[in-house]
Amino acid sequence: MASFGRFIRLALGAWALLVLVTVAPASAQQVNPTASAVKEQQLLQELNRVQGRVSIPDQRSGVLEQPQGREWRDFRNVTLPWIGGIAILGMIAGIVIFYLTVGMVRLEAGRSGRTIVRFNAFERFVHWLTATCFIVLAISGLNITFGRPLLLPLMGLEAFSEWSQWGKYAHNYLSFPFTLGVVLIFLMWIGGNIPNKVDVEWAKRGGGMIGHDHPPAYRFNGGQKMIYWIVVIGGGLVAASGYALMFPFYGTGIQGMQMAQIVHSIVAVLFVAAMIGHIYIGTIGMEGAFEAMGSGEVDVNWAREHHSLWLDEQKARTGPNDGQPQPATAAAE
Amino acid sequence: MARMKFLCDADRCIECNACVTACKNEHEVPWGINRRRVVTINDGKPGERSISMACMHCTDAPCAAVCPVNCFYTTADAVVLHSKDLCIGCGYCFYACPFGAPQYPKVGNFGSRGKMDKCTYCAGGPEADGSKEEYEKYGANRLAEGKLPLCAEMCSTKSLLAGDGEIIAQIYKERVMKRGYGSGAWGWKTAYRETIES
Repeated sequence: MASFGRFIRLALGAWALLVLVTVAPASAQQVNPTASAVKEQQLLQELNRVQGRVSIPDQRSGVLEQPQGREWRDFRNVTLPWIGGIAILGMIAGIVIFYLTVGMVRLEAGRSGRTIVRFNAFERFVHWLTATCFIVLAISGLNITFGRPLLLPLMGLEAFSEWSQWGKYAHNYLSFPFTLGVVLIFLMWIGGNIPNKVDVEWAKRGGGMIGHDHPPAYRFNGGQKMIYWIVVIGGGLVAASGYALMFPFYGTGIQGMQMAQIVHSIVAVLFVAAMIGHIYIGTIGMEGAFEAMGSGEVDVNWAREHHSLWLDEQKARTGPNDGQPQPATAAAE
Repeated sequence: MARMKFLCDADRCIECNACVTACKNEHEVPWGINRRRVVTINDGKPGERSISMACMHCTDAPCAAVCPVNCFYTTADAVVLHSKDLCIGCGYCFYACPFGAPQYPKVGNFGSRGKMDKCTYCAGGPEADGSKEEYEKYGANRLAEGKLPLCAEMCSTKSLLAGDGEIIAQIYKERVMKRGYGSGAWGWKTAYRETIES
């Protein structure tokens, strides 16, 4: 019996060995080395990007794939031209309609012939520094968005490329004086641009744009305060986002630069639309307004009609004898 | 004409960087620019894979769509090329590209990124094929000589495939059938809006 038992054990052992030898290689072949492998679609779904390690010095190239450029492309080629087109053409159309129906806001009392200093030389210098930079920046910036569909067919590839190249240089380098101008405007005029109750009244009366209404205002009325804050906030945003684009990878990745471009371009087209309105009211939109930034001196009647409270302040400061006897102080109301 | 594509068989790539070196040498690519690079995902962990990536020469290429000066063009072989004479170095292609292909010789310098440089699929640029000007701006034009991109030709494990999309897809499918696995054609869905069923 003992020998039979040994035979059984031997037979079982031999069979087990046979099984191991024949089956084991077969099962090894069925191991799928990709079972735990990274999957592209899975990574994209989870992170919306595929990133790894590279052995070349440029570590930024470790990002293998980031398909969100597709959404940015859609913004740049479709959404932005619509926003910009509606904002800018809408503003121009509005101005044309307003000018044709209401026309220039006239000086109702006519010119008095006497003037009062509104902006000193430094203020005017800062204004025109910012304004000239803004115009070049606006044209070269709009060229990047609207140049290819509108200008390129007219100019041809070479000429358009040359023009855009200079536009890009101008855009990049003039950003510095523009930013300086925005900072100076912010510091220089912050005092007169804090919104107050007078602005509520001014806004309720529509700024006196229609009819013969002249709501009182200090040095800056509600509309001018709006322009001031558009310049300060809008200028700040375009400057910050613009520098993020000018210094790639300083604190941002590709996604950050896409966001910066979106902020930069939306704020910029709205800024351009607002400035078209500002240019209109400062030139052909209102009689006597341009002088404020031209010679720096406005007619006293202009000041009385549009900035009555400011005129009162100025008169109080310079003394009553400095001005001629005014026909009616009640004109302020 | 063929529709040229790249395909990196990630299950074969051993991250030897021969493709990267071959490309840099063949085209005398400027210092600091890599038209091709190898990215290793999950480095050192189970399931690690390396993928060699360059410009994928996308269908309906995003770079070409967003370029403000329209400096891109697509050849009859569906290779996406650009003109360095027209490029203004604005950086838009580089925001739009899903694969990080466009690069600039002076990325850190404000205002002057320089002309964009990227993989040309060894097909040069708009200048006369094989001319000195073409070589200086874009590198060798192997396609005009009837040769395929050097990165794929040099690949030690034949992981990186270049050539007509249908043919390389067929080669890849056969590999997957034979060995029983494959982690897919990396980047194809993003670049060509299609992938290889396996």
